[in-house]
Amino acid sequence: MRSITVAVLCAAICGAAGAAAEEKPVLLKQAPGRDKVETNCAVCHTLDYIVMNSPFLNAAGWDAEVSKMINAFGAPIGPTDAKIISDYLKSNYGRDARG
Amino acid sequence: MITRRSLLKAAGTSAILVGGSHEFSRTVVSEAKAQAATLSLPTQLPEGTRQEAVLDALPGKQPLIKLAYRPPNYETPIELLRTAITPNDAFFVRYHLSDIPQINAQTWRLAIGGEGAGREMSLTFDELRQLPAVEVAAVCQCSGNRRGLFDPHVPGVEWGYGAMGCARWRGARLKDVLDRAGLKSEALEIVVAGTDNGAVDKTPQFVKSIPLWKAIEDTTLIAYEMNGAPLPHWNGFPARIIVPGWTATYWMKHVSKVDVVTRPFEGFWMKSAYRIPLGKFPVVSRFASQETAANTPITEMVVNSLMTSHTDGATVRAGSKVTVGGVAWDAGYGIDRVEMSTDGGGTWTAAALGEDLGRFAFRTFSYDVATPTKGSYRIMARATNRIGQSQVSALIANPAGYHHNVVQTLNLIAA
Repeated sequence: MRSITVAVLCAAICGAAGAAAEEKPVLLKQAPGRDKVETNCAVCHTLDYIVMNSPFLNAAGWDAEVSKMINAFGAPIGPTDAKIISDYLKSNYGRDARG
Repeated sequence: MITRRSLLKAAGTSAILVGGSHEFSRTVVSEAKAQAATLSLPTQLPEGTRQEAVLDALPGKQPLIKLAYRPPNYETPIELLRTAITPNDAFFVRYHLSDIPQINAQTWRLAIGGEGAGREMSLTFDELRQLPAVEVAAVCQCSGNRRGLFDPHVPGVEWGYGAMGCARWRGARLKDVLDRAGLKSEALEIVVAGTDNGAVDKTPQFVKSIPLWKAIEDTTLIAYEMNGAPLPHWNGFPARIIVPGWTATYWMKHVSKVDVVTRPFEGFWMKSAYRIPLGKFPVVSRFASQETAANTPITEMVVNSLMTSHTDGATVRAGSKVTVGGVAWDAGYGIDRVEMSTDGGGTWTAAALGEDLGRFAFRTFSYDVATPTKGSYRIMARATNRIGQSQVSALIANPAGYHHNVVQTLNLIAA
């Protein structure tokens, strides 16, 4: 239920920013976990932030970024989703990404 | 939680979107696409940054280099940084938080208070404009400008060269505003807050503090004009703080609240963000009440220059000469000289300096490079200020990627 709510709110907010800043959709690599990244991360920022910060972060670097979003910026992401998101970022946008 | 305000705003503006800005957005996109072909990004940027950065126009702006759509982070292409004054529609845009309200100047109020103030009060926009007006030409540069050029890379907004600009800022002195409320003898810092917010309630609101001594300098302003026009929305309409010499993190946009405090301000954006290791950089201005044994808030800009006449790798005519130029700036000590080298830093010759718009402004420079034969030419520029500080030859590493002022090398191909 919660994730559906977040997705709906995200869509609403993305629409709002689009009116203000002509926001274009940012497509991330198709891989397991992408849906969690899209519904959680995009609440606060567009997904270009992820692509922009790649592919130089190692696994610890991406863990630190996800922790920062939760602990410093208050992203409402539980431990299960946080791990899925971190794993996706490491595998797809990390220094040792599979490509 | 998603804030109620974001949601209401989202609902409202979505409806407007349906009403049809499609024709406008198509025009903008096609113009940006036409120019995107010529977008030249520094090769040192992270590969991902080079993939996702595009030329894109925010409403009221020329196409700038989009690094992030939301919150909007757009830098100025170097071609638009050839003059001492940067046009408003070319000026870079940087936000931390995505909920950015459109403000009506007629209903806007600036609240002044805090335990170190003599009284609580507020000013309307007209009352602010009735205070004595001061104009200062000053460089506004993001602390993290050139972060994307760090080697090794550090996370953050991966700026190239263009998270900066110079404008003539006009407004009231912050000091005059503070004097109207009164300053108690124990006043220590001035806390400034804007009106932008995060998408979730728990995101720390962007609030900064400035040491009292800097806040009451004659050049520290609450500006309402930029290059003779109202501030653009994306640059802080209707009013923003101007702290000449210091990095843009203190230049609070959409300022709505000024508090005088008697103890060090504890907010996230002071205690955790925008800090540099203590003693690593040759800065004179200190923010003593915020220092720890390990680090300190970033304060003044380091001396720097940028060649903007050519993009790296540009082709020029052989058997002639080429005029290379750009802008130099520092924290307000003033640019003493810009020196050029065409032999990899072995010998240096002074460039000609352009008009002096004041110690806080961009200073243009130009230098003729002879290109007698076909081949590649490497040109370096190094600025020195009036207190003897020069750009560095090797990067001073720091975790957040601030203060990049490594001497730039421009490669030209004579053909």
